[in-house]
Amino acid sequence: MLDCAPPLATDDVLSPLILITAALNGLMTGSIYALVALGLTLIYGVLHIINFAHGALLSAALFAAFLVWQKLGIDPYLAAVFLAPTFFALGYALQRFIVGPASRGDDRNMLLVTLGLGVLIENALLYEFHADTRTVELAYGFKTIDFGFTFLAVSRVISFAAVFAVTLVLWAFMRLTDTGKAIRAVAVEKLGAELAGIDVAHVYAIAFGIGTACIAVAACLLIPNYYVNPSAGNAFVLIAFTVVVLGGMGSVLGALIGGLLIGVVESLGGFFFGESLGQIGIFLIFIVVLLVRPRGLFGASA
Amino acid sequence: MAEPLLAVENVSCRFGGLLAVDAATLSAPAARITALIGPNGAGKTTLFSMISGFLKPTTGRVLFDGENVTGEPPHRLARRGVARTFQVVQPFARLTVRDNILVGAHLRHRARAAALAMAEQVGRDVGLGEMLDRPAHTMTIAGRKRLELARALATEPKLLLLDEVLAGLNPSEIRDVIPTIRALSTRGIAVIMIEHVMQAVMSLAEHVFVLAEGRIIAEGSPARVVADPAVVAAYLGHGAADKVRSAHAH
Amino acid sequence: MKTFVPIAVVVAALALVPAFVDSNVVLNFLIVTLMVALAGQGWNILGGYGGQYSFGHAAFFGTGAYMTAILQVRCGVNAWIGFACGVAAGAIAGAIIGGLAFRAGLRSSYFALVTLAFAEVLRILASVTPVTGAGVGILINLDLRAVSFQFQSRAMFYFAILALVAISLAVTQLIERSRFGAWLIAVRENEDAAQALGVDAFRVKLGAMIVSAAITAAAGCFYAQYFLFIDAGIGYGTWISIEALLTPIIGGVGAAFGPLLGALMVKSLGETAKLITGDAPGLDLMIYGAVLVLVIRFAPRGLVGALADMREYLARRFLSPRKRALAAHG
Repeated sequence: MLDCAPPLATDDVLSPLILITAALNGLMTGSIYALVALGLTLIYGVLHIINFAHGALLSAALFAAFLVWQKLGIDPYLAAVFLAPTFFALGYALQRFIVGPASRGDDRNMLLVTLGLGVLIENALLYEFHADTRTVELAYGFKTIDFGFTFLAVSRVISFAAVFAVTLVLWAFMRLTDTGKAIRAVAVEKLGAELAGIDVAHVYAIAFGIGTACIAVAACLLIPNYYVNPSAGNAFVLIAFTVVVLGGMGSVLGALIGGLLIGVVESLGGFFFGESLGQIGIFLIFIVVLLVRPRGLFGASA
Repeated sequence: MAEPLLAVENVSCRFGGLLAVDAATLSAPAARITALIGPNGAGKTTLFSMISGFLKPTTGRVLFDGENVTGEPPHRLARRGVARTFQVVQPFARLTVRDNILVGAHLRHRARAAALAMAEQVGRDVGLGEMLDRPAHTMTIAGRKRLELARALATEPKLLLLDEVLAGLNPSEIRDVIPTIRALSTRGIAVIMIEHVMQAVMSLAEHVFVLAEGRIIAEGSPARVVADPAVVAAYLGHGAADKVRSAHAH
Repeated sequence: MKTFVPIAVVVAALALVPAFVDSNVVLNFLIVTLMVALAGQGWNILGGYGGQYSFGHAAFFGTGAYMTAILQVRCGVNAWIGFACGVAAGAIAGAIIGGLAFRAGLRSSYFALVTLAFAEVLRILASVTPVTGAGVGILINLDLRAVSFQFQSRAMFYFAILALVAISLAVTQLIERSRFGAWLIAVRENEDAAQALGVDAFRVKLGAMIVSAAITAAAGCFYAQYFLFIDAGIGYGTWISIEALLTPIIGGVGAAFGPLLGALMVKSLGETAKLITGDAPGLDLMIYGAVLVLVIRFAPRGLVGALADMREYLARRFLSPRKRALAAHG
């Protein structure tokens, strides 16, 4: 997925240090999976829909971050500060004016609308920017930090820390603010919340907006080590789906732990078996979890 | 005395820490009307779900027509002759009344023509003859309850579980439906009805079971049950009990 | 027999087209449209009538295409037998995926997700394993003889796909009027209520999945014969998963002619757009995405549903109550 090293030949010495480094890299990649999964699980937890447009939105955010860097020279980490609210607004509008009215509460319609949106956005990007891959070149892109026993890329360490900061902020928001409480109320009991005077359409849109904002932040954290093209988001998001299903739909803790877990599994798996088979492995985990324990590790019973 | 058609023996249902039904035992003879009453949340619908296969009892067994059917899935029980209606009606909303009943009729009739004929017959029996072509979602609540009944009847059941089929109906609608229910036992169908409308219970049921907090606390003829102090305390309340008793005496 | 009259009329009308149309471009357009309609007919059985929305029907399209291609190119099997095997392979894939998914009780979003996942796994597998030609794909040898299911004239291909569509229409109609169909629709409307009426929901859904997969696999087999090339992105790509569900949704889910109408509309839209703005990648799918959103927003029951609504509206406005009741019976 990310710039993994090619699989080592079997007669190379596999020192535990290399494995630990691979695992740590996996953790850091996993933290970004966790952030994307967080957005997805939040949307599912509140609206009870699986947002099939999540991947395309991630592609759009990657393009946004890329263009901001290319045209305005702004560092992606800084760009996150204003891209997050922009994408929040985008997500809010999408849910309030398109997804919400189109679905009329029917599960199957919601699936189709988000799918349609996803296809529309991804192919609009394809049409506008074509399929060639772009990357961002940063001054500190190759710098590493010396942790004594190993070296880790600066950008990855920053993203790891940033994800935890974002998660903390979100947790505080949900627990302590009135809006956060309203969101939790609607997630648990929509009709009751409505009767209590909460504007459910507004809350839905906010939840969708927050999920989209998470995507924007994830894109900014991702872009120094990743590539930008219209299908990049979807490739990434299928892994996020796996994380959400593994961790449990609607569970924030599940998204975090699942993300870190999958990141490590992917890193070590790709290390030993090569990239393609590593990807299949993740899908197989996905399928097995869906078939055997759809509610994942921490999710509520279906 | 003949074997009861349905025998529920010491059946319990546990959801995690909650014991919804606790060692309940009841029975229903063929072609007779039995009532199951009790306060809300007592576990009546849970008991129905276990009899009709939607829930598996944690302990105990369910015997139908002499065979142990504990834990069999709903469609298998329907084929044996156990039909049920739902407390919250579940019509096939976008289909017509006729097509709704058709689904039930197809259980015993593979060919469409035969099933359609059956569906129309049952629809007329239940009083829906004029409305066969209307989409189910346009029906009033009384109509939907009849539809629910018709659908279940079309499966030619031996036992019909009616879950609060009178709920939401006004007094005249209730008066209209009672003969239809009574006619069921004339047709040889055993009925167990969960009901809160005590006048219906008194006039229809031959035997009554009372469920409170998951346990059967009384059983017997309607008159005896209504006079039972435990039942009065747990469910009826003195005022209602007196009213029912005096109404039934006339 | 009476119920097949509409199908016979439509098919006969379509069969006359090559008598009036000479242009290979137009014939090609119609052939591809009918092929997509066929894939949609398959999806419609499971999704439209059964209410189980699969987002991974590419799994069956690709399996059919690859099976017939591999049998012809690697094993020298006759193209027609390969076709039959491709359809059978699709049916088996449907049985496996459906069996697993329905046994696990997956519904709605989870079902969509798992079908998506299966299609993706197959796509990745096909792009790396040698038997499917890995990244390069498989080329079927040019052999323009009927015995190899290849034809000199495009009109013959047109008749072939038309015949397949006609068969799928007949199958759909048969199902609609059968006990299986009534049970399938009941499961779609309310699975629990259906079970209480004796419907074995698992077997009904599985049966629908198998028929659905077989029909979509046939579309894949046809693709292989017509284009003589298949690779992972074509066979198992999301494009066909999307088009297979888009055509019934737009044309009318749960209606026999829905996918055909939808395919004609959607493909025409795509071609018109390409004529106006040029053939850039992503344009057609972009339009399909927009159309999907708009259709769900404004006409969720598709074209057929919208026509039925319009008929009802006109009846209410212009007919007397008695005539209205008579019209409702029709």
